[in-house]
Amino acid sequence: MRWIWIDRFIEFESGVRATAVKNISLAEEHLHDHFPGFPVMPGSLMLEGMAQTGGILLGEKNNFEHVVILAKVPKLEFHSWACPGDTLKYTATLEAANEAGGQVQCVARIEDRLVAEADIVFYHLDQTDPSVAALDQHNFVFSMNLLGVLDVGRAGDGSQ
Amino acid sequence: MPTEEIYEKVKETLVDALGVDDDEVSPEATLVGDLGAESIDFLDIVFRLEKNFSVKIPRGELFPENLAAADSGFVEDGVVTASGIDELRSRMPHADVDKLAADPKVENIQDLFTVEMIVKFLDKKLSQS
Repeated sequence: MRWIWIDRFIEFESGVRATAVKNISLAEEHLHDHFPGFPVMPGSLMLEGMAQTGGILLGEKNNFEHVVILAKVPKLEFHSWACPGDTLKYTATLEAANEAGGQVQCVARIEDRLVAEADIVFYHLDQTDPSVAALDQHNFVFSMNLLGVLDVGRAGDGSQ
Repeated sequence: MPTEEIYEKVKETLVDALGVDDDEVSPEATLVGDLGAESIDFLDIVFRLEKNFSVKIPRGELFPENLAAADSGFVEDGVVTASGIDELRSRMPHADVDKLAADPKVENIQDLFTVEMIVKFLDKKLSQS
């Protein structure tokens, strides 16, 4: 299982807004324990999807020059369930960005129904800092696998 | 913007960012000691202040970084050196560096970050723009 909680970008306005979809499938192992007889997408994984959407939006703005990590979630609200067969749409809007990091506001919807909202603050880690270079990149918002999600949208539509 | 108004907006910003109550915020309150701020919160506070006051706050201008770095020459044996104090005075004219100079231990540096300090910083910034 790969730690990729978004399937494809359907909208990407560099430095402004991005929308990614996540299709929820009964084939996802954790759904059978969460909860037995009542499978619903865990809130923490929706947050991860929103963070990945927002993190890529922020990272792309700087051409992925910095390592972007999740630093703080000032606001997180869940409004309704997300179930197998649903298609979640995460829309991230870039609220602030500077050399140190950035902040996004993200909304998760299924069709028009509001599912979750979050404010997320990201930090940039400096690649030249020796303590960063030693860290395993797998835990960060970016890895080569996750960046591949950006290509899925491009190839499918022909357009961006 | 009058100082009173700046203070009220800074108070609101800190209540949002740090999840503290309105009455916990006073001008002398320190961000870290009294209001429980962590390093992660500093960036959030900068972003919110930028938004609420429509200003740009470049990295390190409000909250200087790398003050206590080993090779900076500003700290020795857990004490801020004279050149360190000078550096702080020049980088943070809005802070009460005299107070730190009276007891210049490294762990007291974070006490420079008070609500009052932020208000003074914004007062100056807003009158410049």
